[in-house]
Amino acid sequence: MFNTFKTKTEVAGSEVHRFGTKSKALDFIVEFMKKEGIADAPGFYAVWADCSFLKGVDAKALANKIPGLKFEVTRQLAKDCRIGITQMDWGIAETGTLVQDATAVEQRLASALSWIHIALVATDKILADMPSVMTKIHPNQCGYIAMISSPSKTADIERVLAIGVHGPERLVIICVDELGGMN
Amino acid sequence: MKKEFDKSITRALKNENLAGILDRWNYPAMRAKAYEEIDFEELRTKIADIKGRAAGHLDELAEKFKKAAEARGAKVFRANSPAAVKDYIASLCRGKGIKKIVKSKSMASEEIHLNKHLAKLGIQSDETDLGEWIVQLAHQTPSHMVMPALHLTKEEISELFSQETGKRESSDIQKLVKVARREIREKFFEADMGMSGANIAIAETGTLVICTNEGNARLVSTLPKTHVVIVGLEKLVENYTDAAPILAALPRSATSQLITSYVSFITGVTPNDDGSMKDLHIILMDNKRTEMAGDPKFKEALQCIRCASCLNVCPVYRLVGGHVFGHIYTGGIGTILTAWFNELNKTEDIQGLCIGCGKCKEICPGKIDIPDLVLEIRRRLATENGLPFIQKSALSIINNRRLFHTMLRAASIAQKPFVKEGMIRHLPMFMSELAEHRSLPAIAAVPFRDLFKKIKQPKGRVRAAFFASCAIDFIFPQIGEAVIKVLNKAGIEIVFPEGQSCCGIPHWGSGAFDLAADAAARNIKTLLEDDVQYVVTACASCATALKKEYTHILKEEKRDSLIPDAEKLAAKTFLFSELVQKLIEEKRLIPKADLKSGTITYHDSCHAKRHCGVYKEPRAALASCGYELKEMFECDNCCGMGGSFTVKQPELSMCMLKRKVENIKNTGAECAGVECPGCLIQIGGGLDKMGSKIKVKHIAELLVDKFR
Repeated sequence: MFNTFKTKTEVAGSEVHRFGTKSKALDFIVEFMKKEGIADAPGFYAVWADCSFLKGVDAKALANKIPGLKFEVTRQLAKDCRIGITQMDWGIAETGTLVQDATAVEQRLASALSWIHIALVATDKILADMPSVMTKIHPNQCGYIAMISSPSKTADIERVLAIGVHGPERLVIICVDELGGMN
Repeated sequence: MKKEFDKSITRALKNENLAGILDRWNYPAMRAKAYEEIDFEELRTKIADIKGRAAGHLDELAEKFKKAAEARGAKVFRANSPAAVKDYIASLCRGKGIKKIVKSKSMASEEIHLNKHLAKLGIQSDETDLGEWIVQLAHQTPSHMVMPALHLTKEEISELFSQETGKRESSDIQKLVKVARREIREKFFEADMGMSGANIAIAETGTLVICTNEGNARLVSTLPKTHVVIVGLEKLVENYTDAAPILAALPRSATSQLITSYVSFITGVTPNDDGSMKDLHIILMDNKRTEMAGDPKFKEALQCIRCASCLNVCPVYRLVGGHVFGHIYTGGIGTILTAWFNELNKTEDIQGLCIGCGKCKEICPGKIDIPDLVLEIRRRLATENGLPFIQKSALSIINNRRLFHTMLRAASIAQKPFVKEGMIRHLPMFMSELAEHRSLPAIAAVPFRDLFKKIKQPKGRVRAAFFASCAIDFIFPQIGEAVIKVLNKAGIEIVFPEGQSCCGIPHWGSGAFDLAADAAARNIKTLLEDDVQYVVTACASCATALKKEYTHILKEEKRDSLIPDAEKLAAKTFLFSELVQKLIEEKRLIPKADLKSGTITYHDSCHAKRHCGVYKEPRAALASCGYELKEMFECDNCCGMGGSFTVKQPELSMCMLKRKVENIKNTGAECAGVECPGCLIQIGGGLDKMGSKIKVKHIAELLVDKFR
């Protein structure tokens, strides 16, 4: 399932990384933020929307380590951020799609306004296709279901592909086995 | 009106940008790739079923949707007319003091010219979809449902952006996109209201499904505190899971993607970033959709999922683009929607753009028979307004084939076969007004019907009736002779029922179903008079009439008593190549040994391939007879003949022909094969005018003398 998912997302222009443990994933994210020059200044923030991944992570220490990393996602911070980090609830292998209950507005601000969207997902939450995911997530429980399958793109000018119109230019998907077993 | 329309076509044909863009995209191949892992027929049957059922219960589903969405805190307004939608939004804006709106794509809002209305009220409404924004800056309407600015070049767009930003913008596409991002980003934050359309409205849960690639709908639905969604009633489906097949087809058909970058399912109100709840207004717009659902024919058009794939494959759309269609919705489906959302008479000109090639029908994920519905528009226009007198007389004459030949022959003997004066010029068939554009074959001195009497045939064990077609009877009698020679080799003796006339396709194609039914009645009677095993025709259009359309036409004209005979005729009618291949397979026709017949490329006529489903048979028969097949690009794209189309739209017809001839030339084949005399006239004339050495031949001529 993971391999199909990886192939499809990469074809659509996303980057996929897989880690066995949360701590390995976290190391990667920290390194990534450093490389991207995250700093405590407009345009260089990283916003991390609340998610289960953060359970057991010392957020305060992490924020101290990386000035500019914010765990409070406001309209203004999201507007001025470079990286937005959210955790997605499900994956769809067939189309390389991530699915999230995005009823909480922070989830949407972080993933829609950033230049780089880092999307965390438990590897075993990747299911075969949309009908499978529809059995897991339902509008009766969620006011806003968000499906994300690639960076923001357009071909509205002469059918030429261009990346990063209104949303992120990069979608970096991090699959973590430890969050939900092997797949 | 007509003159203005013709001028708009000429203008559009000069704009090579659009055709170039569509060609570079290579939509058919990309689309096929996107559907690689999908059973398209199964998928579209599912969609047609879901949408068809919904169209049958629009009111019920709208109420169900309203109840569900309201239970989740949304306000749902059912609007019958464009005015009601505009009034609702205007009063909402007034009440809340809204001055700035950001819009994600909504064809429904385009349909009612909402932006114009809002501007009059002093409300700034900015499109945020890149294509829509470009079109807005250019003060134009979308030329394509999915890619609204497809007709503009990057240079033109850079000009528009420069005017907007007040500085010189580059014409580099990547840079232009970033200009749009920068300019529009602020607008998202400043707007008091977000407005969008929706791709699907789920009645069960009151959910709106919105697809975008750019991510603008996510911002429109997230940043402003008020969100207004305008949805046409045809977007309703019953259940949550009904969305899955539509979401599988829509992006694949629209942009050859597996899925759009973003799909949002919005159900009721959600929190804003200041802790307040979203003020969500959903406008369910009717604007004649219910009326459409009540029409037994046009109800089918509500199965449209607005993917615009019918535009992408349309040989006419790709030449002229969208603006020629004059209204918001473009292409084949656009013609149908305009006939309803505006009025029938608005389609007087544009319905004539459909050549009836059937390409769109083949790929429509909603399983809509678009050419048939355009024809129905034509029929209703002909019934309401009547056909022009000359056209009606001409169609009556071709129902009497002997008179038709006498007249044509008389004109031809006068050395001015296609003169500007006289009746002949008005004949709505392949002979009139055409000589200016391509070489035309001469009218045969002796029609096939008279020639036939002199042909000596061996007595056969089996008898078949030959349905000659007007073109073979008058122009290509040698094709008729070839058909007889080949079939005689299988021990089949050919009879020629004298009472046969024009098959009725020209009448049918002009919307004169009554005259088409007369033709059907006459031909059915005469072809069933003699107890033959097969009826064979060497014209794909006639085959379409005999095999497929007679039952349909007779049903339409309420002449049901003739239908059993029509079915009997259909069952025994064969297109020539179809019968030949069957005979080869049954070893009743045996190709000579070691034939080396040379290289050939084969053009599929629209009627043969898409109406009769005959395209493998001619290739197999040619291969058995020693031909080496070299397939051309777009082998089944229309050659531009289309019966009277070439008379009514000569410029378009010639552009289509040019493309066909180029594709033929590029194969390097010595010869091109066809099985429709119309295509033979068109392609033969085109090759001849361009001085090409490649000969185009009817398959009967290619197969004659190849059998033992």
